Amino acid sequence: MNNLIVYLEIEDGIVADVSLELLTKGRTLADELKCKLEAVAIGYQLDKIGEQVFPYGVDVLYVADDKRLSPYTTLPHTSVLVNLFKEEKPQIAFMGATSVGRDLGPRVSSALFSGLTADCTSLEIGEFEDKKAEKTYENLLYQIRPAFGGNIVATIVNPDCRPQMATVREGVMKKEIRDPNYKGTVKKLDVAKYVSDEDFVIEVIERHMEKSKLNIKGAPIIVAGGYGMGSAENFNLLFDLAHTLGGEVGASRAAVDAGFIEHERQIGQTGITVRPKLYIACGISGQIQHIAGMQESSMIIAINNDPNAPINAIADYVITGNVEEVVPKMIKYYKKNSK
Amino acid sequence: MSYNIVVLAKQVPDTQNVGKDAMKADGTVNRAALPAIFNPEDLNALEQALRIKDKHPGTTVSLLSMGPVRAAEVLREGLFRGADKGYLLSGREFAGSDSLATSYALSCAIRKMGKVDMIICGRQAIDGDTAQTGPQVAEKLGFPQITYAEEILDVTKDTITVKRRVERGVEVLKGSLPMVVTVNGTAAPCRPRNAKRVMKYKYAKTPTELQASSEDYTGFHESHPYLNLVEWGAADIEHDPQWLGLSGSPTKVKGIESVVFTAKESKKLTANDAEIESMIKELIANHTIG
Repeated sequence: MNNLIVYLEIEDGIVADVSLELLTKGRTLADELKCKLEAVAIGYQLDKIGEQVFPYGVDVLYVADDKRLSPYTTLPHTSVLVNLFKEEKPQIAFMGATSVGRDLGPRVSSALFSGLTADCTSLEIGEFEDKKAEKTYENLLYQIRPAFGGNIVATIVNPDCRPQMATVREGVMKKEIRDPNYKGTVKKLDVAKYVSDEDFVIEVIERHMEKSKLNIKGAPIIVAGGYGMGSAENFNLLFDLAHTLGGEVGASRAAVDAGFIEHERQIGQTGITVRPKLYIACGISGQIQHIAGMQESSMIIAINNDPNAPINAIADYVITGNVEEVVPKMIKYYKKNSK
Repeated sequence: MSYNIVVLAKQVPDTQNVGKDAMKADGTVNRAALPAIFNPEDLNALEQALRIKDKHPGTTVSLLSMGPVRAAEVLREGLFRGADKGYLLSGREFAGSDSLATSYALSCAIRKMGKVDMIICGRQAIDGDTAQTGPQVAEKLGFPQITYAEEILDVTKDTITVKRRVERGVEVLKGSLPMVVTVNGTAAPCRPRNAKRVMKYKYAKTPTELQASSEDYTGFHESHPYLNLVEWGAADIEHDPQWLGLSGSPTKVKGIESVVFTAKESKKLTANDAEIESMIKELIANHTIG
C-alpha cells in the first residue's frame, strides 16, 4: 500500500527504455519515501519481464498476462490500472510520455480523479504549504515541467488526490541498474477480474511498427539545426558536418514544425533528451524546451547570428556568424587537423 | 447516414511566436502580449470532421470551445471553414481549471448537446502540450478513444476506422460509435476559409459580444438565427460544482519560475578562419572530436 508504481511499456517482450528510466528514478524516490517500488506489466507472454526489471530495484511486479492484452489498446489497459490502483492505492504512479502513456495516463487519471502532469523534466519529493487552507503537506511529488511555450518552469503538486501521476519522456531520466541480484516478487493478476468484455470494443486491424533506425540518443556528437537554418536544403550542411565528425543530426521543434526535417530528430522536452560529448547548435535560439533536452551535453557549441540568443548562456563556445559560413570552415579545419 | 460531430477547439496563445514582452516582470505570462490563435491540431481535427460531412450529407459539425468571451473568435473561424454551429462555454466558475476540470465541464456541455456520434479534437494544445483533455473527455462520457489519429479512413453505420501515427509506426484501429478521436498535426491541414461562408457568418456573435458591441444589431440576429453563437455558463449545464474550476482540479501549481540558466564562461568567437581553426584544434586536443 501507498507505494510507488511504474507502468511498464512492453514491445515484443522487451521493456522499453523509458520504463527502465522511470524505474531508476522511482527507486531513488521510493528510498526517500521509504516505500516499495512496484511495476505493472500488462500484455501477453510476460514470463521474462521480471528478469528485466528486478535489477532496477523493483520490489513487486504485478503481471496481467492475457492474449487479448497485446498489442496495447486503451480500455483494457486502463481497466487493469484503475482496478489495481483502487486495490493497492499507490501514492505515486509513473508512465512514459509516449503515445501509449499519453493515451493511457489521462484516461486513468480521469477515472480515479487523480492529477496527472505530462512531460515532466524533473521529479522530486518536497513539502507544500496550502496557505488558504493553512495546511502543510509533506512528502509530495514535485512534478516539474516547462510550460507555456517554455517561457516558464512550473512545479505542480497534487496535494489531495492519489496516486500522484506523471509522465516523462524517454531519455529525460537516467537508466541505472540498482543491483543485478535484486530480488523482487511477482504477483500474477487474475485478468478476468480486472477487465470486462466491453473493454475490447476497439480492434487493431493493422499494425506496422519499426525499430527506430536513428540512434540520436546514443550519438557521441550531435549537430542540431533550428529555425534559423531557413530551409530543408540547408540541413544538408549539418549532415555533412555530422558525417565528418561521426555524429548524428538533430533539430529543434521549430525546425521540425517548419518541415525542414523529420520529427524523429526532434530534441527537447517534446522530443528526445540527449547527453552527447559534443552538441553543436546551429541556428537554434534556445527555448527552454529545447535546452531541457540537451543541457547535460558535455560540451556545447552555439552558432548563431544573434549574439544574444538564449542558448549562448549555456554554450562553451559561442560563434556569432552565419551557419552557412561557419560549418564549412569547421569541416575544412577538422579535415586539415585530424589524423 | 448522417452524424452529429462535435469538434473541440481551443483558443491558445501563439506560443511559437513569443516576443520579448511575453513575460511580465513578476515572472507571470503576459497573455495580452500574445496573439491568440486556433489551436493548430484542432484545425486538423476540424478538417477530419468536415471530410466526414462531405461524404455523409446531413452531418452536423458543431464546434465547442471553453474559454473567455474572446474565444468566440475560433468559433467564427470554424464557421468560415465549414462548421455548422458554434458553442462557447464561458464563465468565472471555470477559471483555474486544469485538464481534468476542463474535461468535466466539456463533457457536461456535450451531454447537453444531445446525441453525439463523434467527438474530434486535436491531440494536444500548444499552450500546455499535455494531450490529456481528449482522453479525459472520453472517459467522463464513457466513450472509447482513438488518439494520435492521422486520418479517419471510414465511417460506416456505427463503426469508425482510423489510421493513427505513433512514434515508430502506424496502426489502423476499428471501433464502434460513439467515439472520441484526437488528431495529430501530421494529418491533413484544414481547408481555408470559404469566401461565401465568411460573408455569411462574419456577424455571428455570442450574446455577450452582442451586448458589448457598439454597433446596433437590433432585430438582425433575430431574423438571422444562424448568426447566434450559443453561449453557456455553468448555470446552463448540468454539473456538480465541486468538479468545476479550481476545486475540480487535482493539480495545483506550487510555483512558477522564469527560466534563468546558470551561464557558463563561454568563449566568444566569430566566423573568422583563425578562430574556427583554433577551436577545432582545442576540441581535437581534448578528445572531444577526432
